[in-house]
Amino acid sequence: MSLSAKEKVIVKDFFAKVSSRSDEIGAEALARLIVVYPQTKSYFAHWKDLSPNGAPVRKHGITVMGGVYEAVSKIDDLAGGLLNLSELHAFVLRVDPVNFKILSHCIMVVLSMLFAEEFTPQIHVAVDKFLALVALALSEKYR
Amino acid sequence: MSSYKRRLFILATSPTQCRPTSKINKIQHAFWRSVPILLKTLLKLRPSVYDSLDSVKETSTASNMVQWTDFERATIQSVFEKMDYDDVGPAALSRCLVVYPWTQRYFGNFGNLYNAAAIQGNPMVAAHGKTVLHGLDRAVKNMDDIKATYAELSVLHSEKLRVDPDNFRLLADCLTIVVAARMGAAFTADVQGAFQKFLAVVVSSLGKQYH
Repeated sequence: MSLSAKEKVIVKDFFAKVSSRSDEIGAEALARLIVVYPQTKSYFAHWKDLSPNGAPVRKHGITVMGGVYEAVSKIDDLAGGLLNLSELHAFVLRVDPVNFKILSHCIMVVLSMLFAEEFTPQIHVAVDKFLALVALALSEKYR
Repeated sequence: MSSYKRRLFILATSPTQCRPTSKINKIQHAFWRSVPILLKTLLKLRPSVYDSLDSVKETSTASNMVQWTDFERATIQSVFEKMDYDDVGPAALSRCLVVYPWTQRYFGNFGNLYNAAAIQGNPMVAAHGKTVLHGLDRAVKNMDDIKATYAELSVLHSEKLRVDPDNFRLLADCLTIVVAARMGAAFTADVQGAFQKFLAVVVSSLGKQYH
């Protein structure tokens, strides 16, 4: 499964269009991850405040979305471009890769909520593929 | 009691092996015939052994049932009440066919599914989307036993339609995304949690009769 040239354009254009609200998207997506999938809280035990609207969750959501935008800029070579992030997730954070899938789902729910008109099925499939490939690139260094 | 009366009482009420002949025997006979009836009445009045078992019965069946909080029940009823089935059903099914194209394998006789525009404009897809969404009505009305509610539908999907149960999860994800788009900010994290839990139970119940 790989992105066609047309799909790469769709993804870059869409993420450019929504970049003004990228902080909001990131914070909301991470908040949903923690509420809808409580098992993910296990990765954030070191935060004192795990409330969805709290500062740590917001700040980290913005960080994660920053990573997604970095992936958009490296869309032509995800595996190579995301090597550092992959090492971070594999050796330091040790996040189980199944969580990449559910975070992708949460990101897409938020995109659909905030940009109902723009998030058409054609854009949905391109973004879904893109996030799946990002997850795959992040899993590169796991074993 | 005087000793005379005591002796008479004992004589009158002691068990007798003989057929009642004398008056004393008849009194004895009547007395002992009435004892079991009295005992039965008294036993009926005592608290039933099953009364204390009821709570055990409830927990044992409850442990097989999905537990819904009041918030979850209210949320599911409210989301489906406000939903426009004729809009959401077709949108969810067509989205599923576009985003996960391998799901098109089940709709070979639906005509033109060649590209996203064709799928979204296809009237058979739209009609079937409404059918599928109305199928969720039964679960919404019967949240306490979705497994039994969908037993027949599960057999249908397994034996006749031969749908890979993983597709139920894919359609559920698309439905979540469409409902999020329709509800906007009202689709909070807690509402999403309740909605996804409901769909997860539906998906699991539909897969239950596969073998």
